[in-house]
Amino acid sequence: MLSNIGISLVVSVLILSFLIIYTASLDLKISRQVIKKNIYNLSLFQTTFIVLSFFTLIIGFINSDFSLINVYENSHTSKPLFYKIAGTWGNHEGSLLLWVNILVIFSYLFLVFNHTHDKKFRLYTLIFQNILILGFLFFLLLNSNPFNSIYPIPLEGLGLNPILQDPALAIHPPLLYVGFVGCSIYFSAAMASLLSDYGGKSFAQSIKTWVKISWCFQTLGIIVGSIWAYYELGWGGFWFWDPVENASLLPWFAITALMHSLIVLEKRNTLYYWVIILCLSTFTLSVTGTFLVRSGILNSVHTFASDPSRGIYILLFLSLMIFSALTIFFLKQKKETYNFNLKSRETFILANNWFMAFFLVTVLIGMLYPIFLDVLTNKKISVGPPFFNIVIIPLVIPFVILMAIGPKFGWIKSQIFFFSTIVLVTIGAIVINLLIIYLFGEYSLLSNLIFIAAIFLILYSLLDIKKFIKNKNKNELPRIISHLGFGLLVFFIGINHQFSLEEDFNLKVGEIKKINNYKINFEEIKIKESKNYKAIIGNFKLTNLEKNLVQYLNPEIRVYSNPETLTYEAAIKTKITSDFYLTMSNVSRSDYYNIKFQKKPFMIWIWISALMIALGGFVRLTLKKNED
Amino acid sequence: MKIKFFLLIVYVLTSTSTYSSEKQIKILDVYKNLRCLVCQGQSIADSNSDFAATIKLVVQDQLNEGKTEAEIYKFLTSKYGEWIIYQPTFNKNNFLLWALPYAVLIFGGFIIFLIVRKTKNNKVN
Amino acid sequence: MKISISKIIIFSIVIFFLFVFWRGLKINNNYDTKSLIGNRISNFQLSKIDNSNQYISEEDLKKNTYTLINFFASWCSPCRTEHKYLLNLSNEKKQIKIIGINFKDKKNNALSFLKELGNPYDFVGEDSDGKISILFGIYGIPESILVDSDLTVIKKIVGPIDQIQYNKILKLTQ
Repeated sequence: MLSNIGISLVVSVLILSFLIIYTASLDLKISRQVIKKNIYNLSLFQTTFIVLSFFTLIIGFINSDFSLINVYENSHTSKPLFYKIAGTWGNHEGSLLLWVNILVIFSYLFLVFNHTHDKKFRLYTLIFQNILILGFLFFLLLNSNPFNSIYPIPLEGLGLNPILQDPALAIHPPLLYVGFVGCSIYFSAAMASLLSDYGGKSFAQSIKTWVKISWCFQTLGIIVGSIWAYYELGWGGFWFWDPVENASLLPWFAITALMHSLIVLEKRNTLYYWVIILCLSTFTLSVTGTFLVRSGILNSVHTFASDPSRGIYILLFLSLMIFSALTIFFLKQKKETYNFNLKSRETFILANNWFMAFFLVTVLIGMLYPIFLDVLTNKKISVGPPFFNIVIIPLVIPFVILMAIGPKFGWIKSQIFFFSTIVLVTIGAIVINLLIIYLFGEYSLLSNLIFIAAIFLILYSLLDIKKFIKNKNKNELPRIISHLGFGLLVFFIGINHQFSLEEDFNLKVGEIKKINNYKINFEEIKIKESKNYKAIIGNFKLTNLEKNLVQYLNPEIRVYSNPETLTYEAAIKTKITSDFYLTMSNVSRSDYYNIKFQKKPFMIWIWISALMIALGGFVRLTLKKNED
Repeated sequence: MKIKFFLLIVYVLTSTSTYSSEKQIKILDVYKNLRCLVCQGQSIADSNSDFAATIKLVVQDQLNEGKTEAEIYKFLTSKYGEWIIYQPTFNKNNFLLWALPYAVLIFGGFIIFLIVRKTKNNKVN
Repeated sequence: MKISISKIIIFSIVIFFLFVFWRGLKINNNYDTKSLIGNRISNFQLSKIDNSNQYISEEDLKKNTYTLINFFASWCSPCRTEHKYLLNLSNEKKQIKIIGINFKDKKNNALSFLKELGNPYDFVGEDSDGKISILFGIYGIPESILVDSDLTVIKKIVGPIDQIQYNKILKLTQ
């Protein structure tokens, strides 16, 4: 029964999309400046039905209704309620339904909240957004339908991977999708803007809130995913340049560039076509990322179960999207003049875009090159973390410095009458850097530059905070918070990388390993039977020989029965000053255990700084009333 | 004034950085650069598989024999192909991979340069 | 719309990318060591499983027309299923010499395994820590390599030898 309800609701949404496109096209021709009431109603119905369909699926999961294939494949009666619900979007079909939900909800909200803007522009946006909705609905109904039913009804589900039963992982997809899919609305708006000749400042104002919303959620989604990987995947890292991670990073670079360029478009009414290109590219990158991740073309730890037929559908959709975007863009593109003085804020925002483009292209090439090489020459190579680190990290240095001084410039034209401040801050950064070297140890030239640049940005941001406390100019606050967060992030990642202690070794029960000033005692192994798994728990005594402090770390090897999987739970002790990280795995046919031990200084500050970056964005959203 | 400031920075940097010409090979860095062939996207450092354990032994042996990182990678590539190394080598196959990002960087910088220069010329007129 | 060179280039690039994506869907994502075929094996020394003073190396294998090097272990169940094909080869094809390398195993277990299922090997080497397997580009067991008298790899079999692989071996060694 749920299957029928679900499919009916989805088909209703499909019909409504057609109706909306039809009535909106008709209303375009009418010169009255107000949009017909029934279009609003159709959109509201559409939103209601799609949300109801999503709730239908959730109910299926809560009730463990195995007549739905999707529930059968991804759930189990013994799963805790919270994870049953999270299982709704933790699979391909369910997450696709969530995509459509966000597409529809944003479509309605954009319509409703933009009544001060041009009617043709709003109608075209609605039309294009609904074309996107149709595309995804066809994909859902024809290939990836979460409401497909199965008969006879199985008694029990196939259960979900235990690794996926984690709170961070439960909220990570919805956060990320608001980012990924949220950019659809300004893709549609960009197409609409071109067709209705509604550009410039007004266009910027119509989309800027949506850009900020998608940016905030994309940033938060990436951070939460990273936190999950650190605590759950058992390797002590937080970023692996894995294809799925990269797929979420590509739109982030584009949205960040767009967010900054919108400021220029609104303030100086220039860079319109570049903003359009960014709007069109962002959602294109989201769909490309989805294609790469769900089609099975890439090899990754994070992939959904892959299926080439999905790949064909998404590729078709992507092709249609890109070709129509390019065609309309070229048809409507006109010549634009640019007036950029070197010493002006708009030029520095252009520099931000320059670097964002560089980082984006690097990650994109790194991801795609192995595919291209394999298809064209049948050679298989790997492009992994060393490539991304070597290319990107050095360029972070000038980027961070520009982040600090860019906002200091005024619009149109400005003098650098603050050169003395730059000198003072630089000296301050160098001094602090020397202090770090004195206290903790030397490092390479590149690391020196990274630390100095990061501290430069941090000090500048702190000076800005001092200024803010004096003049209470709330407009600057979001930027200060985010830029400070970024500086801190680079700084703490640098410290963490430079001064981490990491060892990989084999130990038997009763043996001791000494690493620098730490002693690790492999005291014993305990077996614990839990509700759905058996755990082999190692008891390790960690002694800090200098300070004579002792703590215990208990990593686990978990043997699950349903489905049969093996997971490794790391023992992580998080403190303000550092994290201790220990994983153990059994060496086959031996009494030895392979142990990976890490001491990671200031690990929690990496999360705090990253969250600060997102916080700046959220502060900006709540300050909506004070426009620039 | 600006030149003196710049020279000061250069002096400070050169006197505080480490330039170890004989780079001490951190074995974990080698593990992180090797791909586990039987896993889905994990390095030898991160993997708990049997294959990873064996590779670790071989790498340890070779380092003890005094081989350099490059020699170890060359050895493993000859046995398993380029796929096993995460850092792509710089050869004519991979030239585009390394060159394109920088090409984009230079191209982008060039465009900004043109825009700014055009503005300056317009002002002069 | 003005047709200009830059627009043609952009459209061409997009078409190229989409084409590669489409073709990319069909390629096999799993790693295989096809790249090894054509390489020569060299620089190895295999100690006898029950007598570490006896060993064979390159020179010994060059005397054979063909050599099949098979990695196995007593704890590996697919190794049991392929064993009969190895026995067939050792009985029928005298120009293929079969070397068995016992991978990460205990000598006694290996010897009882061979006693129970039969010994098709002309020589049984030991590889208790697995390092020898790396020299031959092995990454799992069972895995087998067929080389000629020049020690060039002419076939690599990943996983147990089945009827199809067995026929291919026969064909290659006419």
